[in-house]
Formats: sequence, C-alpha cells, structure tokens
Amino acid sequence: MGNSVTRELPPGSLQRCKDWLRKELFATRLDGLLSLVLIGSILAALFGLLRWALLQANWAVIQLNSTLLCIGRYPIEQQWRLWLLAFLLAATAGASWGLLRSCRRADRPGLLWPRNDRIAAAVLLAVCLIIPPALGLSIAIAGRWLAIAVLLMAMRWLLGRIGRRLGADAIKWFALVWPVIYLLGMVLINGGFGLTPVASAEWGGLMLTLLQASFAILLCFPLGVMLALGRRSSYPLLRWGSVIYIEFIRGAPLITLLFLGQNILGFLLPGGLAPERVWRAAWVLTIFAAAYLAEAVRSGLAAIPNGQMEAARSLGLSTAQGLQHVVLPQALRVALPVMVGQFISLLQDTTLLSLIGLMELLGTARTVMANPDFLGHYGEVYLTLALLFWCCCAALGLGSRALERRLDPHHLPNLR
Amino acid sequence: MGNPLNPKQLRRGGLDGVENPGLSQPPWWRNRLLIPWLVQALVGFVLLLLVAFLLGNLVRNLTAAGLLLSWRWLGQPAGFDIAESVLPFQAEMPYWRGLLAGLGNTLRAVSCGLIGATVVGTLAGMANFSSNGLLRRLVRVYVELVRNIPLLLQLVFWYFVVFLSLPNGLAALQGPGVVLAKSGLYLAGFHNGLHWVGPQLVNDVWQAPLRLSVEFCALLVGLVVYSGAYIAEVVRGGIASVPPGQWEAASSLGLGWLASIRHVVIPQALPVIVPGLNTQYISLAKNSSLAVAVGYADLYAVAETTLNQTGRAVEVVILLLGTYLVLDLLISAVMNALNQLVRIKER
Repeated sequence: MGNSVTRELPPGSLQRCKDWLRKELFATRLDGLLSLVLIGSILAALFGLLRWALLQANWAVIQLNSTLLCIGRYPIEQQWRLWLLAFLLAATAGASWGLLRSCRRADRPGLLWPRNDRIAAAVLLAVCLIIPPALGLSIAIAGRWLAIAVLLMAMRWLLGRIGRRLGADAIKWFALVWPVIYLLGMVLINGGFGLTPVASAEWGGLMLTLLQASFAILLCFPLGVMLALGRRSSYPLLRWGSVIYIEFIRGAPLITLLFLGQNILGFLLPGGLAPERVWRAAWVLTIFAAAYLAEAVRSGLAAIPNGQMEAARSLGLSTAQGLQHVVLPQALRVALPVMVGQFISLLQDTTLLSLIGLMELLGTARTVMANPDFLGHYGEVYLTLALLFWCCCAALGLGSRALERRLDPHHLPNLR
Repeated sequence: MGNPLNPKQLRRGGLDGVENPGLSQPPWWRNRLLIPWLVQALVGFVLLLLVAFLLGNLVRNLTAAGLLLSWRWLGQPAGFDIAESVLPFQAEMPYWRGLLAGLGNTLRAVSCGLIGATVVGTLAGMANFSSNGLLRRLVRVYVELVRNIPLLLQLVFWYFVVFLSLPNGLAALQGPGVVLAKSGLYLAGFHNGLHWVGPQLVNDVWQAPLRLSVEFCALLVGLVVYSGAYIAEVVRGGIASVPPGQWEAASSLGLGWLASIRHVVIPQALPVIVPGLNTQYISLAKNSSLAVAVGYADLYAVAETTLNQTGRAVEVVILLLGTYLVLDLLISAVMNALNQLVRIKER
C-alpha cells in the first residue's frame, strides 16, 4: 500500500490533467463519444458566435444609443443630477464596503484586502477602463466613470483604515445613510426643492429599471413580512385576509395585474388622485412581489420551532418583542436564499413594463430598433441587454450566497 | 380568583390572600378573550372602509364615463382578425368568440409547453448525474444562463433574432417531413384522408398538411427552454434527495443502472419532484401570457385588443383574471391528484 501511495503522490501536473480528463470525459466508450460530439458542437457554436460578433454584427447601434439605454430621454441639461447621484452612490458603497471589512472577524483575521476584494476591485477598475472606450464615449464622460470608480476605491481604502477606530456602532449608524441617499436620489431624479422637475414620462432605460426594482424590493419587504405573519396568525380574519390576498395575486400573471393597474386604478381612486403611469407600475410591482415574498417568509417561519416563541415569552418578552428579537431574525435567515431569488425574478419582471408602454431597458431598446437607422439589429441589442441582466442577476445571486455564509451560525463561532 | 396560589398574584408578590379585584383582574384592554375580537373588528372595519371607498369610486367613475358593468358588448361583432387559431374565427363574429379563440390558443401553447418543458427539464435534470463531466457542466451553464435572463427578453430574442432571420423558399431548413422557414414550421401529415404528405414547395411557397406559425414556434421554444431550466433544478433536487445508500443497495441487489433508477430512485424522488413541478407548471401557464410580445394571439393579446376597441376595462380584467385563476386551479388539481398517486405508501 505504502508503495502505491508514494507512486501516486508525485505525478506531474500533466499526468494529473490526463487522469482528470479520463475520469471526467472518457470514463467509458459512450462517454468518450458523447464528449467528442459535445466538444465539436461547442466549438462550432463558439466559432459561429465569434464570427457573427466580429464580422457581421454592427455594434454602432449600441455605441450611438448607450446614453438612451442608460437613462432614457432624461433632459440633457439636467443630467448633472444623475452624475451627482452616481458619485454619491459610489462614495456610500465604497464606505460601506470599507466599514464592513474593517471589523475584525474570526475567519478573516485583520486582513484588510482579502482575495475576493482584490478581485472585485480589479474587475471594477477593468470595467471602468474598458467599457467607456468600447462604447466610444468622449474622454470627458470616460473620465467621469473612472473618477467614480476611483472614488469608490478611495472610500473603501479610507474607511477600511479608519473604520476600526470608529467603533462597532459606526456600522449601525452608517446603515442609516442608505435610506437618506435613496430619498436624496429620488429628489435628484424627480426634481423639486428648487430643482427643475423632470416628468416621470421622461425617465427611462437602465435607470428606470433599477428605480422600479429597488422601489418594489424595498416596499414589498415589510408588506410581505406582515402578510406572512398574518397568514400564520390565530385570528381568522387576518389569516383569511392574507390567504385571499396572496393566492389571488399568485394566481394572476403579472402582465394582467399591470394591465389592471394601468386601466382600472384610475377608476378606483377619486379623479386626479391616481398616480402617474410609472408609479402605478411601481405600486403594482410592489403588491405583486409582496405576495411572493410572503410565501418565502412563511417558509422561513415554518422552519422555526414553536419552542422559540414559547422560550421568548417565558423570558418575559411580549409577542411583538419575541417576533422582533427571536423568531424573525432566525426565520428571515432561513428564508434568505428564497427571498433573494424573488428579488432576482422581480428585477427580471421589470422587463414586462415594456409591454404596457413604459420606457424601461427593454422598452427603450424597442424604440431604438424602431428607428429606421437601426432596423434589423435585434441581435446586437438583445444580446447586450441579456448580458447586462445576466451580470446583475448573477451578482445578486453571488451576494446572497456570501450573505448566507456570513449569517450562518454554524459556519462562524459567535465572538461576543 | 380566590385561590391564594393564583400565578398572577404570585407575580405581584400578593401571597397574603387579600382579595383585591383591581389588581387580580387585568384591565379590559389586556383581556385575553377580548383582544382578538377587538383587533379583528378593527382590521375588518378598516378593510371594509377601504373596499367601500374603492368600489364607491369605481361605480361613480364608471357611471360618469358611461361604462357601468354590462356584458352585452360580448355579443357585438369583434371587427378584428386573429391570424391563427385552433377554433375558427372571423372578424364578423362576436367578441366572446374572439376571446374563446384566444383561450384556445393559450391552451394550445400551454399544453405543448408543458410537455416540451417536462421532457427538456427531465433530461437536463438527469444529466446532472451523468458520469460525463462535460455534460454535467454544460447543464449547469444552461441553467445558470437561462435563469438569469428575463423570459421576455428570451422570447423576443427567439422571435426577432432566430425565427425571423430564417430563410424562405428553397433555402429553408429542410429535414425528413419537416421544413422550417421564415413563414412557419411545416410538418408532414395526413391529407385528404389517408395520404401521407410531406411539405412541398408550390410557387416558391411551402405547403404542408400541418403548419405552425413562427410566432407560435418562438413562444413554444422560449417557454420550453425557460421552464425546462427550472424543471431541471426541480428534478435534480428530487434525485439528489434520494440518499446514495439507496443506489448502493439497489446495485448490491443486482439491479442495473436503468432498473435501479426505475424501481428504486424514481419512486422515492417523485414525491419530492411533483410539488415543485406543480409550481413550475403554474408559472408556465401564467408566463404564456407574454405571447403578446411575439405577436401570438393568445387570450391576453385578444383581451388587450378587445379593451382598446370597447373600453370595457373592468369586464375584460375580470375575465382575464378569472380565466387564469381557473387554469391555475385546474393544473393544481391535476398535480395534487398526481401527488396522491406517487406518495410512498407505507403499510
């Protein structure tokens, strides 16, 4: 035995590679045949795609319309407000990132720039260096994007250095900055308080998509938790009310609900009180997402044994306190993967707004392709949108998995 | 309350047995029997007020617009055409026939989609357990790619990029008994009784006993590819939930791969798979309403046209929501029956 072990240990990387290939691709004759066929078709598909992308596709349609796809028909003289918002968001994101890293954790002892962070920083800078020239943006605009990335990294570095001295409460206080930034962003986009108002009909592109998705995600969360609690309540009226709401919403396709929002909401409210089309859609999305979120939270609540609430009550906590401090934190942690899955599909569902005539990302893309200059360039535009959505959704999924690991009580000993 | 060891009195340190109704009787707002009724009455009152407010506005606004609830318009001639439908329909037929034709189209797309997605999903789900590493990784790529891109985007991609760029006439893709051209998918079939006829090119136009429009094909392919990825995950989860000891036990009993899958793994995986399938089938039925984006005249598309012509928003929305709700309930009922069937029967 000892001999065979020593014989197997030192094989070179070439031998290991061969063994791996044999095990994975050529285990049996049938597997080998299948592998060859698959490799052949993958190569053919890649070759075809590359040939199309490099020789046949006309990427000018993306280059010339990048601003339109990003922010829609937002008036050009007011665009500085969006730049300001981008800078604010970058600063806040960098600061939060640095603060999170600055607190010492058992699995990351004192390391300010762990491997993942270095990768993320490199990817971010690379994107900001490559995308603007690829889109043919002017030097001034490309410089602004680079400045945003540099600001983010600078805040990350600064807060990473001084974050520890600010104490543990700094994170809690800093979390309050995000809602402030969100409201400030709304004001910047919408106007008012001395700024020129920009009608919501002029919002569009990626900005409108993100706005709708973030609005619905933020508001559906409390609503969904309340509905989930209502569905598990011992009061029949609350229970049946929640059940009817959830099942009604889940039984209808989103497009019919959006249709309802656009066509009937005006009749349901007294004249003049009905919100504008963009906000009607945002509220319908919120109401829709809340029903699905409620089911996710309910599955989390079902996973928490009754003993937890009983223990909380016997410690003298009221029902509300028990929910707040004992049951909900555990239930939400269990429900986290499903909830993020719902948020991802909510982000994808915003594309349906294009069917009711809103100019979000897909709607803007359709107007671009209706332009006679770019007629027939469906492939370029749709592939770009697909890539954009894929990156956003995959990033959300990655973030959810990282958060799951971080919150897993079995993964990390609690240091307090 | 006269019991000196009453827990309430113990908590207040009142062990001396002095009767003090003001202390031992909780105030009315903490009464265990009263609170649930109070809370529910309050919630019910608020809900009632809200519903009354909305309905009152609805009636007032509809009366002002002259659109008070009525179903008589369903009998008026529709005046629009439906490009393809299972049920015969012409423009002079009434609205209800048009909506019915739309429902027929929806049911056709949903039923074909269910079958296709189940086949694709099952194959892809089982491929996760293949001994071929390339196939396993390819399936992961498929699932991750499809689930992170919106369905609507995929549908318009299939329609505008793939199907509308197909060639017509002689250059069309031709297989034995099948021709795929920009004008549609042509399939061989029986013509005039018992003649087996394949697609033929007549005056540069394909003709065949069975023609499916590219709109239908794009919708079907989009739905099958999208739902297939989700069903693949359901199937993978179901098979993974069978402990590996079961495979080992089956092979130690002398069963081959196919026999162990059929007699040992599938019966244990199905109770896990069927509820997940139920969810995916319902979402497929609802997603079929995106057909409007590729120009396939399904129920939603017809309803939208109807609304634009008649202005009967409330009635159309009621019809739409009710139909989809019934469709969902139907699928749920069938799947629940199936669930009873595949449940592991223990003695």
